[in-house]
Amino acid sequence: MSNEAAGQVLLTHAVGLHARPSVKLTKLAKTFHSSIRLAANPEGPWIDAKSIVKVMGAKLPQGSRLHFHAEGADAPEAVAALIGLVNRDFDEAPADAANG
Amino acid sequence: MSDNVGIVIVSHSADVARGTADMVRQMVGDEVPLAWCGGDPGGGLGTNVESILKAIDSAWSERGVAILVDLGGAETNSEMAIEMQPAERQGRIVVCNAPIVEGAVMAATEASGGATLDQVKRTAEELSPG
Repeated sequence: MSNEAAGQVLLTHAVGLHARPSVKLTKLAKTFHSSIRLAANPEGPWIDAKSIVKVMGAKLPQGSRLHFHAEGADAPEAVAALIGLVNRDFDEAPADAANG
Repeated sequence: MSDNVGIVIVSHSADVARGTADMVRQMVGDEVPLAWCGGDPGGGLGTNVESILKAIDSAWSERGVAILVDLGGAETNSEMAIEMQPAERQGRIVVCNAPIVEGAVMAATEASGGATLDQVKRTAEELSPG
């Protein structure tokens, strides 16, 4: 079972990948069986997208390009779902987003 | 009964404990059993074993309970409350060595994905400066 998928998306959220967006991204990542890595640069460093401490600790700012790489049975679905979440601005109202 | 590890927040201040619980609910959601206690009955600062025992009962999960504390008595009283638990709960309640607010959010995020008690504790503690 070596199913791999990759994708990238521009982070447009007003304050970047901070507290609430990090929690949402990590929670969504955890719903997939695949291992999922995330990086702001295709050369790395890659971090575990299911680790809330690492995702929040990366402090990725607005304008970052998020690269996802997943490996496992549901890898394509995982990458598509995570890109969708970022594209929807983490399902936050604009006023919430401005407050971080 | 939840399939996720429960979180208990123990602060000397009711406001801190309640506010930390609010952050967990708003940032992480409702899928993690959560309880808080803090302050003394007179409205001052303090922690006591009795209210910690109640909080553990309220957030109890068969998967276990992770406790986040602030200072001194919050930790020793939590440890006392753990010792007073029935035999079948022993080993399934832990105090995390992590900052109370950040640790509670990290622990709850980890717990929400169905992680084990050990994984929840390690995630909260991963935050602390090594």
